[in-house]
Amino acid sequence: MTALPLLDYTLRLADNALILGHRLSEWVGHAPVLEEELALGNMALDLIGEARVLYAYAGNVEGKGRDEDALAYLRDVPEFRNTLLVEQPNGDFALTIVRQLLYAAFSCPFWRELSASRDATLAAIAAKAAKEAAYHLRHSAEWLIRLGDGTAESHRRAQTALDQLWPYSGELFEVDPIEETLVARGIAVDPRSLRCEWDHTVDGCLAQATLDRPTDRWMQTGGRLGRHSEHLGHVLATMQFLQRAYPGATW
Amino acid sequence: MSRENLRARAWAAASAVVDPEIPVLTIADLGVLREVRVAAGNTVEVTITPTYSGCPAMRVIEFEVAESLRRAGIDHFHVTTVLSPAWTTDWLSAEGRRKLAEFGIAPPQGLAARRALFSTEQVPCPHCDSRDTERISEFGSTACKALYRCRSCAEPFDYFKCH
Repeated sequence: MTALPLLDYTLRLADNALILGHRLSEWVGHAPVLEEELALGNMALDLIGEARVLYAYAGNVEGKGRDEDALAYLRDVPEFRNTLLVEQPNGDFALTIVRQLLYAAFSCPFWRELSASRDATLAAIAAKAAKEAAYHLRHSAEWLIRLGDGTAESHRRAQTALDQLWPYSGELFEVDPIEETLVARGIAVDPRSLRCEWDHTVDGCLAQATLDRPTDRWMQTGGRLGRHSEHLGHVLATMQFLQRAYPGATW
Repeated sequence: MSRENLRARAWAAASAVVDPEIPVLTIADLGVLREVRVAAGNTVEVTITPTYSGCPAMRVIEFEVAESLRRAGIDHFHVTTVLSPAWTTDWLSAEGRRKLAEFGIAPPQGLAARRALFSTEQVPCPHCDSRDTERISEFGSTACKALYRCRSCAEPFDYFKCH
């Protein structure tokens, strides 16, 4: 935690968007059909666009001259503040869709609420992201219903993905002093206030998909404090290679 | 040149810039051009807003606006990108909607609104006007478009989706 809770908070939002955007972009060239390739690529573009404006703002808040590129390309694993959910590997298509649903069911109400933030910049970024998140949620919900209520094989894969990723859902709702400080000032959203809507969205989708909601047991945690799974290092190795090998390269 | 003339000339120059991905639409038709005003010292201030957060055309649009202003003999200007209020297809001009349809892209139907799962918007085919169309994917060749297909003339087409 730095002395600037607003910086930490903005970086958490930016890192979630960037890492999930990067994960989705990994499907380009590998998606099951062309239309899905475009869909996943489009969502990646939305998320990376959100990350860019958030990083630019974080750089301003910090006031040390770091721009969006410095924050995206020149920080190492322990400095990243994203939740563990978004860094999980794509797996099969079912796993990507479950990851997207768990995240979008959260980000949709989250951006909507943050658009009422007393911080004008975060509110403006959130108002745009909220509209984009609505598409992402509908896309993943429709796919999860098709997969869960599809063939025996697609059902099995969807349920396996859900069981595997469920322990990463708890971190979305964690609150620490960074949020508490900003919630009290009307800047941040208390994620616990979104739990009910998230449950409603997820449960409704799982019911239509004929999938079983896993039991809430021990939840994974730590990403928001910089303790990541081994996967994030591999993401950064790919994403940051050029700036690490050729610092300051532009074209 | 009076301030009013300068503003009119700057507006004409900025509003003539076309979207790099949908070249039949100007940024004024799209609602991407938000404001042109003359500030102190006769500096022209142009405000633009992105359609989607990740719209890759914004840099090009900014560059083209600057070029267009220079060609109009205006050298003192700033081009600023704002995020708020968030862009919506409700800002697309009537002229813009007509030009889109002529170009073969179905214009947004009605006002931006949330929809239920698996519901699709009724979009008439821009080629043959048939209403017998189906959605292939909610995501198309750019962030602002969806992919549709006409069952009557069998042509695929882009739909500029409500946002």
